[in-house]
Amino acid sequence: MARRGRRTALAGAALLVALAAAGLAAPRLAPHDPYATTLADRLAPARAGHPLGQDTLGRDVFARVLVGARISLAVGAAAVAISLLLGAGVGLAAGYAGGWIDEVLARVIDVLLAFPGLLLAIALAAVLGPGLGNVVVALSALGWTGYARLARTEAAALRRREFVTAAEALGARPGRVIVRHLVPLATPVLLVQATFGMAGAIVAEASLSFLGLGAPAPLPSWGAMIDEGRPFLLIAPHLVLAPGIALALTVLALQLLGDGLRDLLDVGE
Amino acid sequence: MSLAGRRLLLLVPTLVGVATLVFAFLHLVPGDPVEIMLGESAAPADVATLRHELGLDRPLAVEYVRFLGRAACGDLGRSIAYRMPVTRVIASRYPATLELAAAAFLIALVAGVPLGVAAGVAPGSAVDRIARGASLLGACLPTVWLGPLLVLLFAIRLGWLPVSGRGTFANLVLPATTLGLGMAAVLIRLTRATMLSALRAAHVRTARAKGVPEWRVVLVHALRNAAAPIATVAGLQAGALLAGTVITETIFAWPGLGRLVIQAIDARDYPLVQGCVLVIGASYVAVNTLTDVAHRLLDPRLRDG
Repeated sequence: MARRGRRTALAGAALLVALAAAGLAAPRLAPHDPYATTLADRLAPARAGHPLGQDTLGRDVFARVLVGARISLAVGAAAVAISLLLGAGVGLAAGYAGGWIDEVLARVIDVLLAFPGLLLAIALAAVLGPGLGNVVVALSALGWTGYARLARTEAAALRRREFVTAAEALGARPGRVIVRHLVPLATPVLLVQATFGMAGAIVAEASLSFLGLGAPAPLPSWGAMIDEGRPFLLIAPHLVLAPGIALALTVLALQLLGDGLRDLLDVGE
Repeated sequence: MSLAGRRLLLLVPTLVGVATLVFAFLHLVPGDPVEIMLGESAAPADVATLRHELGLDRPLAVEYVRFLGRAACGDLGRSIAYRMPVTRVIASRYPATLELAAAAFLIALVAGVPLGVAAGVAPGSAVDRIARGASLLGACLPTVWLGPLLVLLFAIRLGWLPVSGRGTFANLVLPATTLGLGMAAVLIRLTRATMLSALRAAHVRTARAKGVPEWRVVLVHALRNAAAPIATVAGLQAGALLAGTVITETIFAWPGLGRLVIQAIDARDYPLVQGCVLVIGASYVAVNTLTDVAHRLLDPRLRDG
């Protein structure tokens, strides 16, 4: 089980690193400016110099897909980092403290988790207006709750273990117990959840941008590119295929990494 | 009180929470929502009327209580774009969303459970590899891309099905498949895992030792035990389907609630946006609660808490 996990995790990690590297090296890999329009070459198909063709304004699709990787990965990573830090902090503190604080928090999380996440993100993004920062806010607003629930369960289970009692007997303050003793043991579960969470955040960003509520034009978010290309499916399918394949590969990389880590770290489903 | 009863009682604070989030929504709008809705050149009398109608001229606490009270009675205010009660606009669109979600649910069940059972019975076999591949593929194809992809393939290239719209059975196939495939992937994975562990149980070994035919071992002895978790996840997924129609309805111009939300956002018709989010959110919460209650009633180990 662990051996297959290692292979799967490595495959996912390699694919993810390749995608990130391609995004970072965008100006070298694709010589064209992703924002430069050439109206004479609107909807031109793939050919030498433009390996993925040109879009509705004659912009190079390859350059835009590569810059899109930066947007996807950055928004996904930011949303997950904020959600994870907030959720783990709140959850570990409440689970360790126990008592009424923990009770209240558990109820609040239950109510928030009972709400369909993407729908709230859509409503929030609509209110806040387009912009990548607002997308991160909209995705983190509910995103932290899943991590908080996991962290809370972990902390509540670990609270009564001997090594925690020992640390407390030696005079360790709550902050130290949480950081030095609970965090290391809760990390595997949270890490696996964060990997799948990042895939979810990337799909959500693409969905918001597809609906016109995410990345503002002319930013080449994959979701926005798919939306722009949709009316031209008949004559220029490459406009939808190229960003879609990039999006699917990114999700695949994170799914493989998450699956692999789960087997490797022996975390239950 | 039984666990199921307690779970039903939890529905009340959850719904109040959902309504509170929807209420907070209007107050998060940067600037004056009334001015955004009516535009800067609106007549002062219209502005005052709308402000009063939305309750924005009263203290926040009074407004909140009034909003909850009205929502509880089914009054969600008036749509600005449609010039009629929000509930009437929503009622005219809800059936389309239900139809789409039900069809997607059916597709996911029919595609997901049998494939998952076949894979769980013969781990490592060709069927298992196909099922695992299909489940990974389903998890990696986001709706925003799967929809246009299916349109390209089946509507544009092959010409078998219409591109968009609602009315005939053919119109339903592509949107329902788009919406249902992700859930099918989840069901394949879950059914496979539960069947694998059910087939390892002691009573299955006993049944085999007694010479019970293999099809009976699989369908009666193992699947019956695996059925409860599968039904629970299917129920939770059904709620997610109802709430997840926004993208699919937008792609296929399906005249349901999901598309209505986006149209209302574009028209800055905030009472309608609030109403749609509230109704979709409440439906999602209701389906999840019913699933949970059913699960607790069906599983004897959870019946008495």
